[in-house]
Amino acid sequence: MSDHHHKETFVTKYIFSQDHKMISKQYLVTGVIMGIIGVFMSMLFRLQIGYPEKSFGIIEAFLGRSGEGGVMTPDMYLSLVTIHGTIMVFFVLTAGLSGTFSNLLIPLQIGARDMASGFLNMVSYWMFFLSSIIMVISLFVETGPAAAGWTIYPPLSALPELIPGSGLGMTLWLTSMAIFIASSLLGSLNYIVTVLNLRTKGMKMTRMPLTIWAFFITAIIGVVSFPVLLSAALLLIFDRSLGTSFYLSDIYVAGEVLHYKGGSPILFEHLFWFLGHPEVYIVILPAMGIVSEILATNSRKPIFGYRAMIMSIIAIAFLSTIVWGHHMFVTGMNPFLGSVFTFTTLLIAIPSAVKAFNWVTTIWRGNIQMTPATLFSIGFVSTFVTGGLTGIVLGDSALDINVHDTYFVVAHFHLVMGISAIFGMFAGVYHWFPKMYGKMMNKDLGFLHFWITLIAAYGVFFPMHFVGLAGLPRRYYNNTAFPIFDDLLQINEVMTIFAIIGGLAQIIFLSNFFFSIYKGRKAPQNPWKSNSLEWTTPVEHIHGNWPGEIPTVYRWPYDYSKTDENGDLWGGQDFTPQTVPIRQGEEEF
Amino acid sequence: MKALFYIIIFVALLVACWQFVKLLGLTKIENQTATDKENNINGWLLLAMMAFIFGLMIWSLFGTRHVLLPQLSASEEGYHIDILFKITMTMILIVQFVMQILIFWFSFKYRGNVNKKAYFFADSHKLEIWWTVIPASVLFILIGYGLWTWNQVMDSSDAENPLVVELYAKQFAWEARYAGEDGTLGYGNVRFIEGSNTMGVDMSDKNSADDIPLTPDPTSFVKELHLPKGRKVIFKLRAQESLHSAYMPHFRAQMNCVPGMVTQMAFTPSVTTAEMRKNKDIIKKYEGINKIRKAKGEEPVEFDYLLLCNKICGSGHYNMQLKIVVEEEAEFNKWLASQKTFAESN
Repeated sequence: MSDHHHKETFVTKYIFSQDHKMISKQYLVTGVIMGIIGVFMSMLFRLQIGYPEKSFGIIEAFLGRSGEGGVMTPDMYLSLVTIHGTIMVFFVLTAGLSGTFSNLLIPLQIGARDMASGFLNMVSYWMFFLSSIIMVISLFVETGPAAAGWTIYPPLSALPELIPGSGLGMTLWLTSMAIFIASSLLGSLNYIVTVLNLRTKGMKMTRMPLTIWAFFITAIIGVVSFPVLLSAALLLIFDRSLGTSFYLSDIYVAGEVLHYKGGSPILFEHLFWFLGHPEVYIVILPAMGIVSEILATNSRKPIFGYRAMIMSIIAIAFLSTIVWGHHMFVTGMNPFLGSVFTFTTLLIAIPSAVKAFNWVTTIWRGNIQMTPATLFSIGFVSTFVTGGLTGIVLGDSALDINVHDTYFVVAHFHLVMGISAIFGMFAGVYHWFPKMYGKMMNKDLGFLHFWITLIAAYGVFFPMHFVGLAGLPRRYYNNTAFPIFDDLLQINEVMTIFAIIGGLAQIIFLSNFFFSIYKGRKAPQNPWKSNSLEWTTPVEHIHGNWPGEIPTVYRWPYDYSKTDENGDLWGGQDFTPQTVPIRQGEEEF
Repeated sequence: MKALFYIIIFVALLVACWQFVKLLGLTKIENQTATDKENNINGWLLLAMMAFIFGLMIWSLFGTRHVLLPQLSASEEGYHIDILFKITMTMILIVQFVMQILIFWFSFKYRGNVNKKAYFFADSHKLEIWWTVIPASVLFILIGYGLWTWNQVMDSSDAENPLVVELYAKQFAWEARYAGEDGTLGYGNVRFIEGSNTMGVDMSDKNSADDIPLTPDPTSFVKELHLPKGRKVIFKLRAQESLHSAYMPHFRAQMNCVPGMVTQMAFTPSVTTAEMRKNKDIIKKYEGINKIRKAKGEEPVEFDYLLLCNKICGSGHYNMQLKIVVEEEAEFNKWLASQKTFAESN
């Protein structure tokens, strides 16, 4: 790993690279491209919901036969929501967020030359790339992409007789996801091993930045829960292709009873949500880590309650594996089980509340430097609180009955894990862009991007709660079939307008991102005056990260604005990097 | 090809965005992390954002009142759910207001300034304990009350003389049957589907003969599921080929229909259709709806209870409905007597 001399060709440097910094950039760019597809889909189906009786050229242009006359078919609508969910949750917020920043920051912030296994890391990325390609190919098959919702509950996902998307489209979906899971597992194992074994001298576990703690715990949840989804998918493949009956029983389609006997779709739901719920924490924990780091750095203050933050990450991770049943209160699961899951689910609110209070206390009496990354972090805390609070409604089995599968749920999870996590990702990109590309992003475009995105996010998802409280079920192609929903059309129109504004605002980000790579101002060594180790590496990327020895660490990374006994800043500056030894008379935190 | 045209526009916008910045000369060089000007502008904008969010919240809370479900629950069980919901929402809203004020006010108040110094404040066990204990105590109350409500709603074992109704879901329609005199449904399985026996009822089961299938109303040709006010109704749910979900928002009731098994839900209707039509929330909501319909040149409608499908089940998922009529028990009994049992219709 510390071999600086071996020759690099274009292929080994940019394509089959084993360098964690290059792999992280590969993850990010792939994630961004998948994000463009996912967000664009949401704009198309928002047009359908907001303007069910109008026709749009853009729908016909992109959906072809499924959008003839500028109006999409019901099957295509369901495909779009399915693939939008899949892409955003897995390809953007799992691989794009966690893959990018775990790869970039784990070796740099713990002081390692590279990941424990550069080769596995490369394989992990290329499997992710392959799964992305397969998912995109599935958009072009004749019977349409998978259309059973991102949760792909059988029997709908198992039988093409029920919906055309469950033919080749679903086969490709399952193939893509199986490869994705393998990729994610290789990545996670690598992160865990690296964090445990390759920390530099002095980098105790309790001196690691919260980003690393978040990535570390996220990787553990991934290793625990993703294999269960793989087995669920495998059994579904067996049911679809080999005639087994794991999930299917007593099914009558097109005039005949199918041979399936004895299976239960509820088994699939259990297996799916055993991953599915931890998955939302796989998505949100890295964002939380990133936000903690950025808020502390740019408030010029230590993160408040460092140990409580670690404990709450661990508590959330533990609880996340025993709450999956709250997605299944009304599936016919035993009501007693519902009680148990209500109890465990509402407990999660406690560590989440601790985190929110700690962030607020971190910015209290700070000296907040308003960079785009800071703004996105503040936006994160705001949307996380707004979205998280309604979780108390949904996690309560009795209350869930009447809002289950309505737009109330859609509003809740988009704010708490969609918008929040993507804000965490944007914050991370703005903050570590100088580390990734050696260039600065344009700040003014960053500000513009933030403000439009935040307003649009609230404009779409806040009123959506009330559409849900009016009883409107999700995944309805058309809300005009019931007179009872006629008066919701106006609110839906407003939400669609905000959605389109929010979607278009991402052009600002893309422009800033891609042009800054080439045209951005050259980055200084430590642009945010940060304490953590990654800013001690040279701006130009080199193999092995540090030209000489890896620096030794003497303190935690949050010594911002620390004063001596006279009340003066130590060393006359408001930050003390981790590599500075404890001074005489100074107490280590 | 047209798609290509849109993609070119997209790329053009992307390029234009960067050129615009260059034109304005906004790419400036500075040594600070953020300048005081940036801190001030964004600080004030954060304060304005707080106003926007509160405005949006208040508009959503009060401006959407007339489109929501009526405050009055149409079932006795729903009444308990509504109380729990109100308590939870009140608590959530208080926390939401306080937290958002703290987030945006602190961001504004402590915006950066070159002459300022942040306050080194890394830990306080007292604070940490407080904000673990306070949410925990509030949550334990909510959990306790929530579980009590859950048991009230889900436990129908002590119901006296309940009406047993089967709801049968298929792509994309509902069927139903009443248990008849004996109060027990005959065995059903899709394997018995044949000819007019569309729900797969085992006709050799002795409990089947007196079961009453739901047939369209002879005058309106619309299927109407009649339910009596004040009598517990136990629904047994089955599905033909896919998951479906029986969702009756006015009764605060929902349960999935699962192929291969029978699921159950129960409630006691407490407001007849006629009474609900006089409810002031409903009157206001339907005034609004009919105004919109009139503008579109559609017939005005009257309030009816509805059963919707709420689990994705295929292309017709969005239009899978059944009208429900709640009436006084005497009227209901008269209606039920006019319906034919399986034995009578064969």
